[in-house]
Amino acid sequence: MSDIGFTTAATIRPPQPEPKSIPLPADGDPSAGLIGSFFEWFGELGIFSWNVLKAAVTLPFEGRELIRQLDDVGSKSLPLVALAGGAVGAVMSMEVRFSMARFGATSLLPSAIVYSVIQEMGPIITGLVVSGRVGAGIGAELASMKVTEQIDAMETSAVNPYKLLAATRIVACILMLPLLTVAADACGIVTGWITQTLSQPISFHQFVNAGFSGSALRYFLPPTFKTAVFGLIIGLIACFQGMRTRGGAAGVGRSATNSVVISSLFVILADVVLVKLILVLFP
Amino acid sequence: MATVDNIAMRQDKPEQDAANPAVLVENLNKSFGRQKVLNGVSLRVNRGETLAVLGRSGTGKSVMLRIMVGLEVPDEGSVSILGQSIAGLSLDQLGEVRKKMGFLFQHAALYDSLTIGENVAFPLVHHRHDLSKSDRCDRVDQLLTEVGLVGAKDKMPSDISGGMQKRAGLARALALNPEILLLDEPTAGLDPISSGEIDDLVLKLQREHQMASIVVTHDLHSAKTIANRLALLDKGKVVIEGTFEELQESNIPFVKEFLKLS
Repeated sequence: MSDIGFTTAATIRPPQPEPKSIPLPADGDPSAGLIGSFFEWFGELGIFSWNVLKAAVTLPFEGRELIRQLDDVGSKSLPLVALAGGAVGAVMSMEVRFSMARFGATSLLPSAIVYSVIQEMGPIITGLVVSGRVGAGIGAELASMKVTEQIDAMETSAVNPYKLLAATRIVACILMLPLLTVAADACGIVTGWITQTLSQPISFHQFVNAGFSGSALRYFLPPTFKTAVFGLIIGLIACFQGMRTRGGAAGVGRSATNSVVISSLFVILADVVLVKLILVLFP
Repeated sequence: MATVDNIAMRQDKPEQDAANPAVLVENLNKSFGRQKVLNGVSLRVNRGETLAVLGRSGTGKSVMLRIMVGLEVPDEGSVSILGQSIAGLSLDQLGEVRKKMGFLFQHAALYDSLTIGENVAFPLVHHRHDLSKSDRCDRVDQLLTEVGLVGAKDKMPSDISGGMQKRAGLARALALNPEILLLDEPTAGLDPISSGEIDDLVLKLQREHQMASIVVTHDLHSAKTIANRLALLDKGKVVIEGTFEELQESNIPFVKEFLKLS
């Protein structure tokens, strides 16, 4: 178990040679080159995932580094996630109230807010916020370590960077995303109640009772735990992008940006698939 | 600074163990895209011997070192470390070989989120589970003393000079008592005094630890000071290999030009 952790972004040192551009096929068709790069990216991601999986299940575990990452991903993301969840709850309350009032169904407002926040808004907002904060952080930190040969130095010290750097970060993301989602949901419900009670006073107890009436806990668990998949996507993409960086400072910037863009994209796509799966498996 | 005695000592023939070299490189080929970087390089370094690899920028010197330690895979050819071929080894098996090697990177590659002491302790923390925390601390102090970095233990890499970073990198490379030391441009970017200090340090460490060393450098003076033999690379090939005197006596135009301009 390591006494030593990697917790801060690295300083940029003299850059390595520029990345070799991917040669175009003989016919010079640029689209063929792009398609090749697309499949190459997925192939490399598959190999990277396999290496991380092997490293993650091999003893000894990097417990101290994992705890550091849990703190970095979890507690340091909490304020932003709570704020985003709170904002969503307040906006939902205002928007839904207007629609409900038109149909004389304002009594259903607590249910509408609670259901919307827990089923969809809380998980997806948490996924996107963490993708931005943590994805960029991991991508930039590992990219910086890569271009300054710190990851190579780790390998020459016979320390597996897939285990120490990647597996710990990915596991931390998987574990913390559901917890952060619960926090976002709670903040959303509280701000939803505050916004509601400013227009039509209602006690928090009544609001919560009305919100959860007719719904069992099992309806709320799958949407919360689906964010573990978001965590896997964010951690995996950010570590992958960071550890394959080339091209010095510019490469670090590209990796940080790509980590956020690609992980956000995959979180949104995964959400669509997971919602359908949840509807099928938990009707 | 490197002394005449030191230079004379390094020019003495080391204990030869030709049958079982520490590092054996045979017919190494490596290309990046269409650019051929190494074109049939073969070298051998015996135990207790220091080989300096010289050449122009981009002739594949650093790539060769990275192949030796398993950071790059050659297109063709083989590398044997202490009698064991590193081709096809699993990550764990390669790790066992790497524990017998110390690698000093050109820019030291210190972990910049860790202090100098933590950097030096890094290999010990991960591989010397038999050491208690205080033993590990003592070993770090000993290594830092050996490289002349007493008092820098709690400093961050960004707070010390380039020369001190190289010393710290060297201390980290020596942490597991390696049998082979690979140095990539140990004096690059340093002023002449710091370069001389690094040369002296490398000589002292080699004298005390009797390691096989490969030094990649542009610095002919440094190579002459610390190496028993020199190999000159051009266009991915070894043009000449021998003692400094043998290089001086060569009639190969490239060798003459290189020595004249260095």
